This record gives sequence, structure tokens and C-alpha cells, in this order.
Amino acid sequence: MTVLDATREMFRRDQVWPFLVDESSAVDVSHNMILYVEGLSVSFDGFKALNDLNLYVKDGELRCLIGANGAGKTTLMDVITGKTQCDQGSVYFGQTINLLQRSEPEIAQLGIGRKFQKPTVFEAHTVFDNLELSLKADKGIWYTLRASLSSEDIDRIDDVLELIGLKEQRFMQAGALSHGQKQWLEIGMLLASDPRLLLIDEPVAGMTAQETERTAELLTSLAGDRTVIVVEHDMEFVRSIARTVTVLHQGTVLAEGTMDEVQNNRDVIEVYLGEEAGEEAGETA
Amino acid sequence: MISLKGLFGEKSAPTAGSLTSGFTSRTTAIVVVVLFATTILASAANLWLSPDSPLYVSTYTITLLGKYLCYALLALAVDIVWGYCGVLSLGHAAFFALGGYGMGMYLMRQIGDRGVYGNPELPDFMVFLNWESLPWYWLGMDQFWFAMLIALAVPGLLAFVFGWLAFRSRVTGVYLSIMTQALTYALMLAFFRNEMGFGGNNGLTDFKDILGFSLQSDNVRVALFAITALMLMLAYVLSHFIMCSRFGRVIVSIRDGEARARFMGYRTERFKVWLFVYSALLAAVAGALYVPQVGIINPGEFSPINSIEVVVWVALGGRGTLYGAIIGAILVNYAKTRFTAIMPDGWLFALGALFVLVTVFLPKGIAGFIEQRVEAMRGDSGSGGDGGSSHKQQNAEGASA
Repeated sequence: MTVLDATREMFRRDQVWPFLVDESSAVDVSHNMILYVEGLSVSFDGFKALNDLNLYVKDGELRCLIGANGAGKTTLMDVITGKTQCDQGSVYFGQTINLLQRSEPEIAQLGIGRKFQKPTVFEAHTVFDNLELSLKADKGIWYTLRASLSSEDIDRIDDVLELIGLKEQRFMQAGALSHGQKQWLEIGMLLASDPRLLLIDEPVAGMTAQETERTAELLTSLAGDRTVIVVEHDMEFVRSIARTVTVLHQGTVLAEGTMDEVQNNRDVIEVYLGEEAGEEAGETA
Repeated sequence: MISLKGLFGEKSAPTAGSLTSGFTSRTTAIVVVVLFATTILASAANLWLSPDSPLYVSTYTITLLGKYLCYALLALAVDIVWGYCGVLSLGHAAFFALGGYGMGMYLMRQIGDRGVYGNPELPDFMVFLNWESLPWYWLGMDQFWFAMLIALAVPGLLAFVFGWLAFRSRVTGVYLSIMTQALTYALMLAFFRNEMGFGGNNGLTDFKDILGFSLQSDNVRVALFAITALMLMLAYVLSHFIMCSRFGRVIVSIRDGEARARFMGYRTERFKVWLFVYSALLAAVAGALYVPQVGIINPGEFSPINSIEVVVWVALGGRGTLYGAIIGAILVNYAKTRFTAIMPDGWLFALGALFVLVTVFLPKGIAGFIEQRVEAMRGDSGSGGDGGSSHKQQNAEGASA
């Protein structure tokens, strides 16, 4: 490349210099897609946890991920939230933000919230403090040293407390809550952070039927404003909330569609019920 | 509007105390008042009572108390990283000793030509080693302000570099403890070498004055004790505010679930480095105050067992409560003073036994026991003013040495 070409490249009028691009800018969903996962592969010591996985999630969608143990559901969440490095592929949040270049705190600050499989709340803190720490705010050291709650913050925490039904327990230590309440508190912590995309790993594990029903209502009401991706084993629950279901198997997408479509999908039946059932289903179909 | 007001009122009180039970503004006030009263009374009893009076406090006791308070400050530093952030540092004596060496270098330069060899420029050990001139890192150490700056900057910088490397690589738990232990051991070996220019295994000693005042005079001893008490109070109040801020709650969150805190958007490694440096600075201040009072600093202060002892004080006193660390440090060191006078060889066994007994019978340390008693008393009489009396008792025990 000659000096002239280099100079031309440098002063191209159709793009700005990389360091001028505003990295922190809000997620660009102009094509109505919030998450692009393409050709993603992750392997641990030769075991392929994810194998050329492709997944596209629309803005405002409620998506359920299902699959047997080891299908790669949690690994996928780990990659999206920056916990696990991938070997190949790309993960974009909106049109512009490459999630693979970001660390976990950066990704969280972009507005991707995550709920773990095992409820993890800060047990030594009160319910209120747990929510306060999750609020969408500056998470830097100097800010947190002198941060105080504004009345909007308190209102926001109150709203969340109302929503998750822990108003009575606001000053109780989170460690003293029941299992189901901890699950709710963790969902509440996600809500307090006002995320664009929620990744929720097994929200109803260990919940009573009634609690499960309320969780389903809550998640359905969230979709629209926010995008929700739920990993769940409980098929009844998935049926009650899902509009689109993605089935993962051995690190790739096996099928995608509505619950009924997926349940009648030949590949899915084969994987779930074994070869024979698959053949039978094929014959009857 | 009214409901909002009520909210504010409700909010402010429980949040201050919600970090760990009993860690409130009231305990801080009690600690500060007790420390202040002890300092004033002991100093007055030393300076103004005649030695025949039954209430007279000897200068030896004053120095001993000053030493205990230095240890208390060191214990506070360890409690901050261990009790609140779950970073078990087994190398905090290194920061303490580095602070001490900074002060020691200043005190060496203050000797001037009153040393054994009468060299106005070089400390005795350098003359002995046939050194011609001061090494570059001794330059400027005859200025008090500069020496204090170095005494804080070096441990602070070491803590920053160590913490930055360790926390960024996400080294935690036992591995981190071993690394801190290795750090202090390496420094000990380095400081034992004569070529380092810090007096080898003899260390720095034979100090004469500080800021032109003789270290042997009662007034200076009392002043050093009072300054130590003041620094401890300041450190306590500052730590209280840090731990009560949102920052402090993030720190506790990191202790209980670092991954969760990271997914909430907190850069946990930065929080940990910051806290580690703060803690190292407190340890350095303790070391710098310790040296003029005991009159010597040598590489033995870096020895790994010292750092482990500090952890035992904190565990005994009750980790995660700032005052527990102070009580633990004072009680254990008082017991050490007493015990080593009776049976010098038995002390480590006694310390071990004490540690085992407290772990079995008082898993939350002395602080946990006090809180239990206070709560029981509150339950009985409904009055909450009894927290102070048990405190005073603990401190009185330490003060009667």
C-alpha cells in the first residue's frame, strides 16, 4: 500500500476513526434484533460444549432455551455474559456492540442481567441493600464511596419490592429468606438494574406451584419492554410462558419454533425419546 | 409525601447497621470514647501523679500500651481485608515492617555523630561495613516529612502492585494467602542481607531522638502513645465510614459472591486492590508508630509467624467487626506479656490453645459473644445502654497491665 492509499484509507469519509466511535452508546436495535450469536464454538479439554451455534433473538422477545443436561445452555449464557471465552464465532449485542471484547462488569453495565441457576443473593445484606446494590448507577469506586439514595432510587426499590412480594421482608437479611424468596429476590435484583436483556437460568427450580405461576406471570409481563431468555427444565412452565422455544442439543440448535412445533419436531423427539420413538413418530406423521 | 418521609426515616437507621449485626455508629462512638478516656487517664496518671501514688502509671506501661495500640491498628488493617472482603492476607506484617523501616531510617539519620563511630553522615552499621557514602535510597530520609512519605508510599505501592497482579488474575482463597506469605518471607530474606543497606539481621536500633526530642523522656513516650491512640481512632472512624458506604457493601458482596457482584457491573478487582492498598497503608502507619516506641526494627518483623499471629488476634476478637480486631489484639498481647513473663517457652502453645478454644466455644469471637450478651440484656430489660460496659471491661483489662 502506498502512502497515498494509506492516507486515503485514513481519511475515508464514510467512517469515523475507531477511537472516536462511542463505545458506551446504547444498544442499536434498528434491525429489530437484539442478540446475534453466530458460529459459536467453545470446547473444554476437547469436549465441545458449544459447536457452531447460531442464535438470533428479537428485541422484546421472550425466548425459552431447553435441552438436556450438557446441551450447552449454561455455557451459552457464560459466553454472552463474558464469563467464558469462546474459541470461534461472534456475539453481538444489537448492531454494533461486540460482546466478546468485553469483561463481565462491562457487559452488565451495557444492560445484560443474569440470574444464576442456584439463587445467589448477598446473604449478609438486607433485602433492601441487595436491591440498592443492583440499581442502575455508576459502579465506580469513587461514586460508591459517597453514593446516597435519591428519592427516585427509593421509589424504584419500593416498586421492585412490591413486584417481587418482599415488602414485609425489606430489612430482613437475605440469608434468612426461603429458597423461593431468594429466587424472587434475585429476579428483583435483575429488575432493579433495569436491563435490556435478561438471561434467566432455571427461575422456578425449587418453587411451589403457586410461586411458579407468579413467576410465569412476571416473566411474561417483562417481555416487550425487555428481552428475556429463559433456560428451564420444567416443560409445563415453558409451555405456559413460551412463544418461541429453542432446543439445544450437544452444543448446537436442534430446533426452533413454537412449543407445539418443537414438540412435534422429529429430531427433537428422537433426541428426547430415543431412536425408536422418533421412527414411530415419523411413521405416524 | 408523608409516606416518603417515613421511608427516609426507616431507611437511614437500618442501613447503617445492616452490614453486620452490631456494627453501628454507636459502637464506633463507644470505641472512640473508650480509647480517648484511656489515653487521657493513663497519660495524666503518668505525667502528674507521683510514682508513689497507687494510681500511678509507669512509663513502661505507657510504652506497652502504645505498642498494643499499634498492634490493634495492624489488626484493624487485617480485619478490613479479611473480615469484610474475605481476602486472607498472611503477609500484612510486611507492610507493617516496611512502614517501620521508613521510620527507622529517619531515626537512624537523627542519631548523627552520636553513634559509636561518631560519623555524622553514615549510620554505624555502614561504617562497620566500610561503606564510603550513603546509598541513594537513604538520601532525604533525614527529613521527617520525606521519611514519612516514603514509609507510606513504599508499602502502598507494594500493595498496589501485588494486589493488581493477584486480583486481576483472579487469584483467591488459599493461593492468595500462600502468595502473601511468600511475599513477606522473601522480604525477610532480602532484609537479612547486609548488602541491602538496612542493617542486616541487627536491623536499625540505638535511636536517640525524634524531631529533636529525646526518645527516652517521659513526655515523648506519652506523646507517642497519645498519637498512636489518635491514629487508631482516626483509622477506626474512617474505616467505619468506608464500610458503611455503598462501597463497603460492595466489598461485603465481593466476599459473599464475587461472581454475582461482577455480573452486577462492579469491577471487583479494582475494589479489592483499593481496599488492599488502604489496609496496607493502615499497617504501615502502625509500623511507623511502633518503631520509636519499641526502639528497634529488624527483619524478624517480616517473619511469616508474625502475620499469622495477627490473623489469630482478629479471629479471637471476631472478624468482620472493626472493634473485635482491636479487642483481640489488645487481649492477646496482654496475655502474651503476662504469659511470657511466667513461662516464656509456653507462649505459642498457649496461643494455639486459646485459638482452638475460641474457635470451638466462640465461633464469632469475642465480639460475637459481646453482641450475644448485649442482645440478651436488651431482651431482658429493654434498655440498650449496656454495650459499653462490657467494652470498658475488656479495655480496662488491657489497660491494667
